[in-house]
Amino acid sequence: MTTLDSQVAAPKPRKPWAASPVDRVKTAGVILAAAIISVAIVAATPLKGKLAYAAVFFVAYLVLDFVISYRKAGRAAGVDSAFRALVTSGVLLAITPIVSILVTVWVRGYHGLHWTLFTKDMHSNAYTDPVNQGGLLHAIIGTFLLVIFAMVIAVPIGILTAIYLTEIRGRFTRPISFLVQAMSGVPSIVAGLFIYAAILLPFTKTLNGIQGSLALAILMIPTVARTSEEVLKLIPSDLREAGVALGGTQWRSVAMVVVPAAKSGLITAMILGVARVAGETAPLLLLTGGSGTKNFNMFSQSMGSLPNYIWQCFGAGTAESITRAWAGILVLLVIVVLLFAAARTLGNRKVGK
Amino acid sequence: MAQGLDWMARKAGLVAGVGFHFSFTWCSPIGFFVLPIGVNHCPVSSTVIQTPPVIPAKREITTKPRFSDKVFRGVVTGGGLSSLIILGLILIFLLWNGYTILKSQGAHFLTSSAWQAATTDSGAIDVKNTHFGLAAMLVGTMIVALIAIVVGVPISVGAAIYLTFYAPGSIKKIMVTAIDLMAAFPSVLFGLWGFFVLESSGEYWAKLLTKYFSWIPFFKLPAPYVSRSPFIAGLVLAVMIIPIVTSVSREIFSQTPLDRIQAAYALGGTRFAMLRAVAFPYARSGIVGGVMLGLGRAMGETVAVYTVLNIVYQVNWHILFSAGGNVASMILLKFGEASPYEVKALMAAGLVLFILTLIVNSLANVIVSRTGKSGR
Repeated sequence: MTTLDSQVAAPKPRKPWAASPVDRVKTAGVILAAAIISVAIVAATPLKGKLAYAAVFFVAYLVLDFVISYRKAGRAAGVDSAFRALVTSGVLLAITPIVSILVTVWVRGYHGLHWTLFTKDMHSNAYTDPVNQGGLLHAIIGTFLLVIFAMVIAVPIGILTAIYLTEIRGRFTRPISFLVQAMSGVPSIVAGLFIYAAILLPFTKTLNGIQGSLALAILMIPTVARTSEEVLKLIPSDLREAGVALGGTQWRSVAMVVVPAAKSGLITAMILGVARVAGETAPLLLLTGGSGTKNFNMFSQSMGSLPNYIWQCFGAGTAESITRAWAGILVLLVIVVLLFAAARTLGNRKVGK
Repeated sequence: MAQGLDWMARKAGLVAGVGFHFSFTWCSPIGFFVLPIGVNHCPVSSTVIQTPPVIPAKREITTKPRFSDKVFRGVVTGGGLSSLIILGLILIFLLWNGYTILKSQGAHFLTSSAWQAATTDSGAIDVKNTHFGLAAMLVGTMIVALIAIVVGVPISVGAAIYLTFYAPGSIKKIMVTAIDLMAAFPSVLFGLWGFFVLESSGEYWAKLLTKYFSWIPFFKLPAPYVSRSPFIAGLVLAVMIIPIVTSVSREIFSQTPLDRIQAAYALGGTRFAMLRAVAFPYARSGIVGGVMLGLGRAMGETVAVYTVLNIVYQVNWHILFSAGGNVASMILLKFGEASPYEVKALMAAGLVLFILTLIVNSLANVIVSRTGKSGR
């Protein structure tokens, strides 16, 4: 029996729903026809511009697709393929700005890139100076410190919140999970105003770094808490039960079993929180100021940061300063993308390993 | 082995006898059993064996949390309650700072649209002639956020449907990553992109709209200025809310029960028929919740709106006209040269914004959490 089975070649799985080569050619033909129609119509009528090409192409594609499917399989099929075209255009419209943003940042930003950006600060240069003078070392240091301090404040709170929501599940679980979600919608300017009212006005009366970190921490907590909660939920309860069955107290089974199992996920949560606040501008404008010199002290003097550098360069308004702003954005975006990639790589690992 | 057990019993007896009962129950039984055996050759001399074994006190088996657990639970609950504390503190501090303004302006703070901080000749604050009213900015906030919703939501929902039900695996992965990445873009980037890139296209579209649709009151132009209008700010915000609305809708769509989807196909439905009969009814309230989340984002956005929009202190219903505003960007605009008295007014404005976004977000979360419950 087994030998017979092994001699018969397994039939190739058929996918009747998948597009056949003929279908692909047909689709390509429809796209081509729609493109030709759009060029022809734009040439023949007073319509002009990219928008006209796109609109006519879209309408032509929709109509052609509908007609072909309608002739083949009736009205339902026609509507189906028209809807398909519609949602495809939706995803294209969603992707277009991303591509546009990335291309813009690169094209406008790379003129401003040079090595002194990472070795010099702006203490002896104005934002309107030629791009190759001065740099944004102070801003990178500032952003780094601000984010690290925000992380030190927000990550423990965020993870504790997540542990409360998944492990303790006391009587505050529902209100807390509700409030964490509500907190994720707090506008950044409100976080800034709050720290201004709670710390700057009554106590320090001056700009410094730690105030910025506090505001960033407020924005970071919900991101860390929600992502960690998702991760901790994925830990199989077998692990918890095993910890308890071995006689561990809850504290030990959480600290020695659950949290280590979720380690990579928790790091992901942390990184996502950092990515969330790294580019935050509004609270820093109110709380940290934007000095052009390197400042390593979080507790005195105003502190530069990348968003603040970008903001001030943009505000200065000359061609040179705008190039500077784009170079700053490029650096900031690279940082954010790297963080995001790190979070993705870690997050894709299997939880529990 | 016998030596180990003996040692163990002795230790247990000692612990119980000396009154460390508490720490005895605290230590985990597994550690209790394994540890002495593991360290069998620990300095237990032969003299020890000769001592008569002490019978340990009966171990108390209880479900009462241990001391360490009490500490643990206390710490974690404290951490968990921090979100409540922070939100409460935000409310208290903004109210405390904005109270004088709210009291002196009363309902005018929400209904009038004058923002003048008058001073007397000596430089003191002239409270009588000082008017703080948020109406123009509240209307502006609503207009800009609604434009963002109207433009962004169809795109996001379309994208979510495509990504859940149509996209082949590889394309889906790339596009989902790209859209999630966009959610992490800093808002100052959206602002600059809107200012330098979208502005020119937006002006062109605005001119087209006012040319062909000026019979709709919103698209009328009181004067031929279309740059930096609420329309363009709304477009930038639409781009900014696309990631969140898309990911919420995608999440909800992907939870559609598979058996119902397959039932729809088995009955001969096309994909559109399946979506209309199964996926939409299932996901509707979740999408509404996602839209509300997007609305909350759009209402609280500061820097991008500040960059793109020409902030003018008047109620402007003509969305293509170059005047508008939003509470958050107004706060940033006025903050720079505000007197301490005006800062208080800005705090009050922040309070209004905070409450507004809190309401919208809470509604959104209530709606989202209801989704799917009817289906299961």
